[in-house]
Amino acid sequence: MANETSTASLTRRDLLRMIGLAGGGAVMYQAMSSLGIAAESTYQRPPPLQGTGKGTVLVLGAGLAGLVAAYELGKAGYKVKVLEYNARAGGRTWTLRGGDTFTELGGHRQVCRFDDGLYFNPGPWRLPYHHHGILDYCRRFGVTLEPFLQVNQNAYIYGKDAFGGKPQRMREVQADFHGGIADLLAKVAGKGGLDDLVSKEDREILLESLRQFGGLDAQYRYVQGPDSSAHRGYAKDAGGGPDGAPKFSKPVGLSDVLNARLWTGLGMAEIYDYQPTMLQPRGGMDAIAKAFVREIGDGVIQYDAKVTAIAQDDRGVTVSYEDTRTPGATRQEKADWCVCTIPLSILSQIPIQVSAAKQAAIAAVPYMSSSKVGLQFKRRFWEEDDAIYGGVTMTDLPIGMMAYPSHGIGTKKGVMLASYAFFLEAYEFTSLDPETRIRKTIEYGAKVHPQFPEAFENGMAVAWHRVPSTLGCFGWWTDDAREKHYADICSMDGRIVLAGEHASYLPAWQEGAILSSLAAIDMLHRRAVNGAGA
Amino acid sequence: MKPLAFVLLAVASGASAQSMDPTFIDQKHAAQVTGEQIFQHICQGCHMPDAKGAVGAGHYPALANNPKLAARAYPVAMVMGGRGGMPPFGMLLTDAQVADVVNYVRTHFGNHYSDALTADDVKPFRPPTPTPSRGH
Repeated sequence: MANETSTASLTRRDLLRMIGLAGGGAVMYQAMSSLGIAAESTYQRPPPLQGTGKGTVLVLGAGLAGLVAAYELGKAGYKVKVLEYNARAGGRTWTLRGGDTFTELGGHRQVCRFDDGLYFNPGPWRLPYHHHGILDYCRRFGVTLEPFLQVNQNAYIYGKDAFGGKPQRMREVQADFHGGIADLLAKVAGKGGLDDLVSKEDREILLESLRQFGGLDAQYRYVQGPDSSAHRGYAKDAGGGPDGAPKFSKPVGLSDVLNARLWTGLGMAEIYDYQPTMLQPRGGMDAIAKAFVREIGDGVIQYDAKVTAIAQDDRGVTVSYEDTRTPGATRQEKADWCVCTIPLSILSQIPIQVSAAKQAAIAAVPYMSSSKVGLQFKRRFWEEDDAIYGGVTMTDLPIGMMAYPSHGIGTKKGVMLASYAFFLEAYEFTSLDPETRIRKTIEYGAKVHPQFPEAFENGMAVAWHRVPSTLGCFGWWTDDAREKHYADICSMDGRIVLAGEHASYLPAWQEGAILSSLAAIDMLHRRAVNGAGA
Repeated sequence: MKPLAFVLLAVASGASAQSMDPTFIDQKHAAQVTGEQIFQHICQGCHMPDAKGAVGAGHYPALANNPKLAARAYPVAMVMGGRGGMPPFGMLLTDAQVADVVNYVRTHFGNHYSDALTADDVKPFRPPTPTPSRGH
């Protein structure tokens, strides 16, 4: 398993050191990214469930896990009903557009004032090319995908203590980092410092490769000139006519590069989950949820249903719920089987008749904190002024990273993900009211893009611990918790099986929800067809 | 093992003259972070500024007027190790800071528990070193 080969298990001290060194969201994010499981999705398009499904299934939650279960079980012949807390399907697969409203826990109500055609995905916003399950459903359901620009070397890395707080182009930081390392290694090799480690022949090849890797000159030096500028860009770009000759830019020395610590903002593009080509549904991530709802058909999903208890005996499952539009009265729904996709942060508060081990597992997984702010600007200054077309800027400011829209390039206005923070910074954002989150995002964003205050029109702020239907962003597994509890989360317990990203090794990803759900309904179906011995 | 410094403290203070933004605790000021500030920067995200909690598909319990706080071990164990919807904060806060924030909550919002905790009281609640997040 790639899990073993990635050996991504930093100690807590390592993690904190990494966070502490830059003290910002960029490094936190990178630390978390690199801790993600670099496992390719194990998806294979499921064969139709063998044997005709008979009986009834209650699916709790209409996020992607619930939608997959409802769609596949319905196709297999089960009579399916879905209970969903929100007034919409999709769960964290969610898109905000002009006219939408969002009321967070605590009561703050935001009305989205984006222009027509503009949108913001507060939850998942990009699909790796190797998440074959979600891509397959998009293909089957006719959800149009377009490139998501994750990597943009002309975006910025911003360190508040680096280069006087002037944002640096990712291209220059990376070129100088790689060039400095290559130059150093070439010097060491030239002095015989690697003779114990590589053969003479390999050393020659190594030197040649370092030239290519680092933009070194013919003497294996990373210095101002055509080779380094071919990587880091030019002081004056090549042009035409009498003054067409380019002017070479001056590299930053390795010591300054290392000490500025902007290299902490590099590397996302090296991580399997974020390598090109990433994709996004055209028009917003909720296109995927809408396609499922269309395929599932009418009358299956009941919205505004808040689950309050889940009971089972040897004959069936009884779920108590409340219609949130007419609170007070408890209703009940019965079925032969139950696929429960309610996030563990909430399920741990709901009485559920499962084994003590499963109950302990449900209570053992805290939810990670994250916060996003999407801002509409009256002009796409990042394109017009900064030549940034999509991609991500990394900062060590409380706002974390910012991302430029991959779509609508060259149009007038745009919605930028102006802040994406995790962990501590996200807790802090969550503690503010939405208006203040937006105000602080403009204030900090202006350190990277001074155009922020002048070009700002409106925005939406979503802090996931204040989202009433999730109470957090995603299941925050540790290796210890997985060892103790993961099997109990995933096992079928009588007539109940859990599903969701929390029951996967792809935390937070929609692919995790889909693969978990396919595994869950396979268990359910085998048990339904073959009896408890299955 | 030495208690870990509040993660904000871990950054060596540079020459930057960036002024303190009370909205976000700056690393350079972490040493002065009080229980009240920890509540305002972290806890109130879920438990709300008035500590009255909130209700959605699940709920965040009110800390205000909460008789469960009479047993001081309870909030300490929750802050350190988390449970259910409550994330653990042991990796973010020192023993002294856990004591500070618990003391703050137990003496505000209608709570009047005067048996204050010290860092030493809190230490035994620190969970064994966990392996970190495998996050998104």
